[in-house]
Amino acid sequence: MTLYILCFILFLVGIYGLVISRNIIKMVISLTIVEISIFLMLIMIGYISGGIAPVVFDQQILDNQAVVDPLPQTMVLTAIVIALATNSMLLTMAIRLYKKYGTFDIHEISKLKG
Amino acid sequence: MKGMSVIVRKIAQLLSAMIFVFGMYIVTHGHILPGGGFSGGVLLASAFIVLSLAQGKDHIQLKRQKKITSLYESLSILLVLLLGISGLFAGSLFLFNNYLPKGQPGELLSAGNIPIYNILIGVKVAATLFAIFLALTTYKEEIS
Amino acid sequence: MEDKTLIFFIVLPFLAAFSLPLIGLVSEKAESYIVAIISLILMVLSVSSLFNLAESTVYVVGGWYPVEKIPIGIHLVSDGLSKLMLLIVNTLAFFCAVFAIDYIKKYTGQKYFYTLFCLQLAGLNGVVLAGDMFNLFVFMEVASKASYALVAFGVRRTEIEASFKYQVLGGLASLFMLFAITMLYWMTSTLNMADMSLVLSKGLVENGNALRFAQLFLIAGVGIKAAMIPFHAWLPDAHSSAPSPVSAMLSGVVIKVLGIYVLLRLFINVFEPDIFISNVFAVLGGISMTAGVFLAIGAWDLKRLLAYHSISQMGYVMMGIGIGMGILASAGPSATVALTFTAALFHMINHAVFKGLLFLSAGSIEHATGTVNLKGMGGLAKYMPLTMATSFVASMAIAGIPPFNGFFSKFAIIVAAIQGGYHFRAALGFIVGIITLASFLKFQRYAFFGKPQYDFSIKESPFFIKFSLVSLAVLCLAMSLLIFSSIREIVLDPAVNTLLETTGYAIKNLQP
Repeated sequence: MTLYILCFILFLVGIYGLVISRNIIKMVISLTIVEISIFLMLIMIGYISGGIAPVVFDQQILDNQAVVDPLPQTMVLTAIVIALATNSMLLTMAIRLYKKYGTFDIHEISKLKG
Repeated sequence: MKGMSVIVRKIAQLLSAMIFVFGMYIVTHGHILPGGGFSGGVLLASAFIVLSLAQGKDHIQLKRQKKITSLYESLSILLVLLLGISGLFAGSLFLFNNYLPKGQPGELLSAGNIPIYNILIGVKVAATLFAIFLALTTYKEEIS
Repeated sequence: MEDKTLIFFIVLPFLAAFSLPLIGLVSEKAESYIVAIISLILMVLSVSSLFNLAESTVYVVGGWYPVEKIPIGIHLVSDGLSKLMLLIVNTLAFFCAVFAIDYIKKYTGQKYFYTLFCLQLAGLNGVVLAGDMFNLFVFMEVASKASYALVAFGVRRTEIEASFKYQVLGGLASLFMLFAITMLYWMTSTLNMADMSLVLSKGLVENGNALRFAQLFLIAGVGIKAAMIPFHAWLPDAHSSAPSPVSAMLSGVVIKVLGIYVLLRLFINVFEPDIFISNVFAVLGGISMTAGVFLAIGAWDLKRLLAYHSISQMGYVMMGIGIGMGILASAGPSATVALTFTAALFHMINHAVFKGLLFLSAGSIEHATGTVNLKGMGGLAKYMPLTMATSFVASMAIAGIPPFNGFFSKFAIIVAAIQGGYHFRAALGFIVGIITLASFLKFQRYAFFGKPQYDFSIKESPFFIKFSLVSLAVLCLAMSLLIFSSIREIVLDPAVNTLLETTGYAIKNLQP
């Protein structure tokens, strides 16, 4: 149970970093920390102590051997692909913002007001 | 960006060949070992990226690479979707139907459609990641 | 019951999106027409699915039928609420695609627009049809990523800054939703929505506080996507900086599908409605309504004004849903609940049509004069009579003047609030309606009447832009016919019945 609470504390650390950062790249890294904490929590949910990896070739093993839940692992793989897309799009926007505004500072990049 | 020194270039050439073969191993054994399309695709892309980083922008025609990579990307994902739709015509009307013969579990040529999906997704992911790398490094200033 | 045509709503846009780069190598003009044709096919398909009288249809992807009543595959489910949302998504996508044939010509990089548009359409259709929680999340991400790229489409400074803000907040919202899905999987160990509602209703979940924790994260995530106050910070920048067909799609459909539809599906069909959550919705809706319209008073940029009014009208819908859920949870008269849900859903589809029409006419004005600042226009009435007429129809509809459709839906929400005993909320709705009228009279006066502030000649817009504007204006008038019960039974009543039977959703959708 304490492991899940530690994962949630990592989630909160990531959100704190996102709120407090002035630099665009630090915001992207904080978002990545939030994502990673959720992946950790998902994998830990599926774990059964004493279980083997869910690649099974003959049925007789399953009678006296526990198998780790494969569904959260699939969810984490898909979520990693989505996180890749998020990060690459954010970094492309960061490069373009730097070329147009000349700075990575969020307080300077505020041409839209109102 | 200029290339790196001679030692780094030679080691990169050797390494990228080994990374490429390892990536293909992970992609094609996706139904036996953990791995499969996405992780194998990332390894394949890293083979190309290591080579590009070591050689530098001056020696590689990156604009031509961009067009060819985009073509590979569009073609492979189109083939994945067409393979999924072909399940509609073979047998009852299900998308992503697994209709090729499934052999013995544990062999390389088994599990119906799944190795073909793995290979196509591996190509697609490798092309996408290399295209993202090219877009980030060959970006030219535009008039704002 | 099984239905094998549900898959086309998702496969057709994906097929178009992936083959458009290859077609674009051959001929550039064909791309725009193909997207319009595909969205026309989908619109016809969604209209014809309305007449399919079965209560709800299920499509099992890959043939993985449930084993011993436990669902193991991906199910696509279409019931009354999904059919209504499919209708509105595909119709607005068709009109925006036709509008974009002429409008996108002035942007460089046109060939990327159609792929992104098709991906966004595929993602939205997938969210509406998804039968399990993780597919809902994945399709929501597909639609969001396409929206982020479309907002930054014309790569000027303001657009990239707006898209960056949208991306950071939207990414955070998706992570909140993923966290909530993780906690729900932990508690119920299933991902299928029907199965999850069965497990939750049988009382197998021992810790009620964990469920409330997950629900609050869901409200935060969905609230950011639906732009409720206090999560609205991305909306004025994103909707005013995007190109006009993209703004129409974003404000007309995306904030409804990713926000209100997900909320309805999760909180009424999967969880049991309860009083605390319904009060949260009603209060958030009320605050969004008033704050949105007061923030719009000081806006001189036309698209920013329209974006603030989006927040306000979504507040109406949320308040209606909150009132309905409250009466449902406290076992009040079910006729009032039916009236409230009908009013909220009717206002949702009305808002899609008239807000789409408003953004498209702003696009037409921008195409002709090159500016969206209200102080830089004036006297457009004699050069662009068609745009003036259609935007007048849309302004009267959003302000709630009979006989346009906005009047009936706003009136029904206020009447339902009075019937439920919430007199303060009804008065608030009435006051906000009056201020909305004032705001749109300002738009009409500064844009179309008065002295011209520019000195070049203006022509009327090209054919496809006129076609979209006129069709949407006709639809605005035609949708007031929905108050007659014979037409309402086909369109709105199945959706309201799906909402009224709350967790009965599970029993019908686990059949095959």
